[in-house]
Amino acid sequence: MVQLTLPKNSRMVAGKTWPKPEGAKNVRKFQIYRWNEEDGKNPSLDTYFVDMDTCGPMVLDALIKIKNEIDPTLTFRRSCREGICGSCAMNIDGINTLACIYGMDEIKGDVKIYPLPHMPVVRDLIPDLTHFYAQHASIMPWLETKTNRPAKEWKQSIEDRKKLDGLYECVMCASCSTSCPSYWWNGDRYLGPAALLHAYRWIIDSRDEATGERLDELEDPFKLYRCNTIMNCTNTCPKGLNPAEAIGSIKKMMLDRAV
Amino acid sequence: MRYLTDRKRAEGFGSSRGGTDHHWRMIVSSILLVPLIPLFIFLAGSLIGGSYESVAECLSSPLAAIALGLSLTVIILHLMEEANEAIEDYVHGTAGKLSLIAVKAISYTLIVAGLFALAKLAL
Repeated sequence: MVQLTLPKNSRMVAGKTWPKPEGAKNVRKFQIYRWNEEDGKNPSLDTYFVDMDTCGPMVLDALIKIKNEIDPTLTFRRSCREGICGSCAMNIDGINTLACIYGMDEIKGDVKIYPLPHMPVVRDLIPDLTHFYAQHASIMPWLETKTNRPAKEWKQSIEDRKKLDGLYECVMCASCSTSCPSYWWNGDRYLGPAALLHAYRWIIDSRDEATGERLDELEDPFKLYRCNTIMNCTNTCPKGLNPAEAIGSIKKMMLDRAV
Repeated sequence: MRYLTDRKRAEGFGSSRGGTDHHWRMIVSSILLVPLIPLFIFLAGSLIGGSYESVAECLSSPLAAIALGLSLTVIILHLMEEANEAIEDYVHGTAGKLSLIAVKAISYTLIVAGLFALAKLAL
């Protein structure tokens, strides 16, 4: 049976409120999820006040400012700060997105930041993505060929290359999978929108010669068919991709070879 | 403590090579329900509040009896498949398997009972 309530030691408690910056006129309130396994306490929601006159426009700018100037213990992943690496995915204002490309002007009122939902938390805003990455590896995210390697390169027409647009851009930030209720309840067996989008990227690749094997591996009531077309994945993707459409295309291919 | 690798956990038992038949059945029953649901509402709605004789007279028409029987069967089968999906989503292990058996038993009982009632009225 699915677990509908959090265990006692996972329930949120009131957190620390940090002082407002002195002399600042344009202050914004941030409420940020905090949890550290080592201190043995329940997760809490800490409150910070950031001087917006000396802060960049993106949510990641504010997080870095908080870490540098207010609380160095605040922990989060970040790297490229331009939506390419996918490291800073988190739940901001109720939406799974990348902190580096999410402008604070898009948020009304206080800024509330949590880690990606329904994932084990390593610390503060860092989710444990081990299983997510292992699922990605399981769909064989590489070109599989049986024909002898050509002397120069595997050729692809312009039309076939265009079929990969909207698929190859995925940065594996996990925003889509962690917004999917089916993935919340059955993430151990359901591959989730990110892995399935990547699976489709290789299934549709004209150079790949393992289409049948790839479809065989996905043909499962849980791996693929837990997708109920809820569309949260497409709604939340910070790169504007459409994983739900990719999953629908896989299902259509399954029907084309069976019916 | 089980020393399983991440990949081993992700692979699980592998693919069961199933699910497409269920997906296709849902598509077919959904298409069938497009004309059947309005027909069912129209036919069943016109019988509400009628006397036993008027209902029996209406169902003595083969078209009406077949349409109602078909609607009843397809609607219950579609609901059964949907209920199975929900159970697979939220109830796992032995409880899940017992729930699937119960839903199937109730659904087939409803279909047979409904068809028997229709036949009794129609014949």
